Amino acid sequence: MTSDGASVRTQAEVSSGRRSLATMLLAVARVAILAGLTITLLIVLLLVTGHDAGAALSALARGAFGSWYAITSATLVRMVPLGLAGLAVVVAFRAGILNIGAEGQLLMGASAAGAVFAVLGATNAVLALPLMLLCGMLAGGAWAAIAAFLRQRFGVLEVISTIMLNFVALSLMGWLVRGPLQEPTHIAPQSTSLPVSLHLPTLLPNSQLHVGALVLVMLAIALWWWFRSTASGFRVRAVGANAAAAASAGQINVARTTATAFVLSGALAGLAGSVEYTGVTYALYDSFSPGYGYTAIAVALLAGLHPLGVLATALLFGALEAGASAMQRDAGVPSVVVSVVEASLILAVVAAQQWQSRAVTRAEASA
Amino acid sequence: MTVAEVHAPLLSLDSVVHRFGSSLALDNASLTVQPGTVHALLGENGAGKTTLMRVAFGMLAPTRGTIRLRGAPVVVSSPAAALAMGIGMVHQHFTLVSAMSVAENVALGRHGLFHPAAAAARVQEISAQAGLALDPHAFVHTLSVGAQQRCEIVKALARDVQLLILDEPTAVLAPSEAAELLQWIRRFADAGHAVVLITHKLRDALAVADEVTVLRRGRTVLTKRAADTTHAELASAMFGDDARPAEVEHIAGTDADRDEQASAQTPATRSGTVVLAAIGASVTDARGVTVVRDASLHVNAGEIVGVAAIEGAGQHQMMRVLAGRLAPTAGRVTLPADVGFVPEDRHRDALLLDGTLDENIALRGAGARRGRLSWGSLRAATADIVTRFDVRTSGVSATARALSGGNQQKLVLGRELADRPDALVVENPTRGLDFRAIASVHAALRAARDAGTAVLMYGSDIDEVLALADRVYVMHNGAVLESTHDRDVVGRAMLGGSTI
Repeated sequence: MTSDGASVRTQAEVSSGRRSLATMLLAVARVAILAGLTITLLIVLLLVTGHDAGAALSALARGAFGSWYAITSATLVRMVPLGLAGLAVVVAFRAGILNIGAEGQLLMGASAAGAVFAVLGATNAVLALPLMLLCGMLAGGAWAAIAAFLRQRFGVLEVISTIMLNFVALSLMGWLVRGPLQEPTHIAPQSTSLPVSLHLPTLLPNSQLHVGALVLVMLAIALWWWFRSTASGFRVRAVGANAAAAASAGQINVARTTATAFVLSGALAGLAGSVEYTGVTYALYDSFSPGYGYTAIAVALLAGLHPLGVLATALLFGALEAGASAMQRDAGVPSVVVSVVEASLILAVVAAQQWQSRAVTRAEASA
Repeated sequence: MTVAEVHAPLLSLDSVVHRFGSSLALDNASLTVQPGTVHALLGENGAGKTTLMRVAFGMLAPTRGTIRLRGAPVVVSSPAAALAMGIGMVHQHFTLVSAMSVAENVALGRHGLFHPAAAAARVQEISAQAGLALDPHAFVHTLSVGAQQRCEIVKALARDVQLLILDEPTAVLAPSEAAELLQWIRRFADAGHAVVLITHKLRDALAVADEVTVLRRGRTVLTKRAADTTHAELASAMFGDDARPAEVEHIAGTDADRDEQASAQTPATRSGTVVLAAIGASVTDARGVTVVRDASLHVNAGEIVGVAAIEGAGQHQMMRVLAGRLAPTAGRVTLPADVGFVPEDRHRDALLLDGTLDENIALRGAGARRGRLSWGSLRAATADIVTRFDVRTSGVSATARALSGGNQQKLVLGRELADRPDALVVENPTRGLDFRAIASVHAALRAARDAGTAVLMYGSDIDEVLALADRVYVMHNGAVLESTHDRDVVGRAMLGGSTI
């Protein structure tokens, strides 16, 4: 999938010759096509299931963009974990690592932040907040490092190990909120809520949008720059594009590069978890993540594994998820309709990429 | 050995033509195998030996030509059909399921119910009868290469094959195992069956075969009784030289000899300093097989040194050692800080096919680079390489995939030579290129040599090696020997027909 994403971009660059402009136009076109496709799929699905498409769509739009609250406290707030975990998936997939474990790494990141609070208690936010986020990253990275080690040492496919580790992480968190991290009354299976002093600061008045959104945008830009302009980012891309050539022609240490990218990916997912904990949920509980780590794979793939594209696709998915609950509440359309649309989008994009790479292959064969 | 009574031959292939796209892999190849005989099929790399046998085994359909089995024309439509006719083949790369047991592998492809105990008993029976030691319950991935080969043979025997085709069977074996296998082949033929032995080892062929057929560029150029032919005759048939009386016997001389030869034969050689050197280098691969043993070789500044070898002689590992891409398991290697490397498989080992040309140029030395990449100067460097090495492209932002094979090769060569490295290691630098691209690659290598670079080049085409190289080494079976600049000597040494 990595190379498909890469070929989509590079092909366009060739034909135009002015690569930056072409890339930008292509990205805009891509987002427009995605948005159009999403709405079309939704309408078809609503009509097929016999719902009032107009009412449902307007409910969805209201839920996602209909008010200051909807934009800032529903759509954008959901965009943050999707985007951070999406960046995690981009880093792994670009390096040729099929990390399906963003969900588990995210949960471990949140758990670690929760553990920091359990140890420190209500203390100075300037000290505690960065520490919680840092420990979240370390925990996510460590969780990914398990799969990285298994791959390096024993050749265990990371697709398998990371999925399995997701379940382990989920169970581990379930145990934590019933054991060491449970709230003092021992009634609910959840951790003690963070005091207001330890909440991530909000970004805008009258909203729940926290500084995590700023972190997301800065990280997306940083990663884009890293891939494009630094030797280490280039190494990651080269290893993902062709590990044998990276080793032979580039004399790149493939094992080290792969391990680094894998752990970095886990750290980003861990950050997503600790940001969600300190910025939105303020507590740990069983259903802490509604599958953000899985949806992140779609976010990354639809973005063509481009860090800046992740901002657009995370926004799209954030809006869909925010709108879905409004649609269910106001128009009586089950929110799973949105899940169906999300899945159909992935299928459509993957099929389009396959079709495109075959067309390229055919063009070469006839050349 | 009983000379076969004048029956119809067991198998005969008449004037077989096979076309792969626009190239003729087989161009009127013929082969006749008598029952009760071992028939050696010889030829250099790409001569069409394996292709011809794949036609006989039903893996490839001939474009033209007839196949006769015991005199009757047949169509072999698939390997299953071939097995039903009593033709079995053991491929050079085994076709075993490594996660299954020997008995399961042998039973694979049969129909009906699988009885583990019965299958194991059958393997036991066949292997005992044939004298091939094999544990039916062992998992294939735990077997040695030799045992895997026995498993392949037993698999064929379980189908009651009358004719067994073995593709380079001794290439993967230790010498003692190879000798055992050759003895077994002899016994199997003496029992009335027939064996086709694909090989490029003359020694094996002459040791065990009753008859010999030599293919060259897809054509049968010689068929004889083994007893009536010689090393020299076979070698010149394989390499297409007019038969010259063979009188050269030794390859490696003393150091004094060597220096004399070098200065006498290669006026182009400057008395450069040693840039690349291996002293007693050995390489043991992941399977534990020693593929390079105690090899010594050196390349001076300003000379092209050629390495000639048949496939599987350990040359790729040796090249990688001298390119600094592979650490030897033993021995000493002297390398300059910067060695350019042009590997044989450019798609796999040299290029990011979906990357742009400037990204492919940036790849060189990426492992050691720190900090930021300056795409501006990389783009300029790419444009410079594109101009200097005449890479035909729409621009530096084109993908490597969009280039033709020749232009890809010129790009790789240009990249490796751009920084004027002290040494350059190239493998089959003109594989798959057309005439004009070959000429420009050769010119680039000579220009690098003249500019003082130490060039080490391996080629599977003996003529290309001799045309380019100032000095020649030959690799055979993991060993490196310095050779005179002589086609006959080199050809014979490649086949292990000399003092080795």
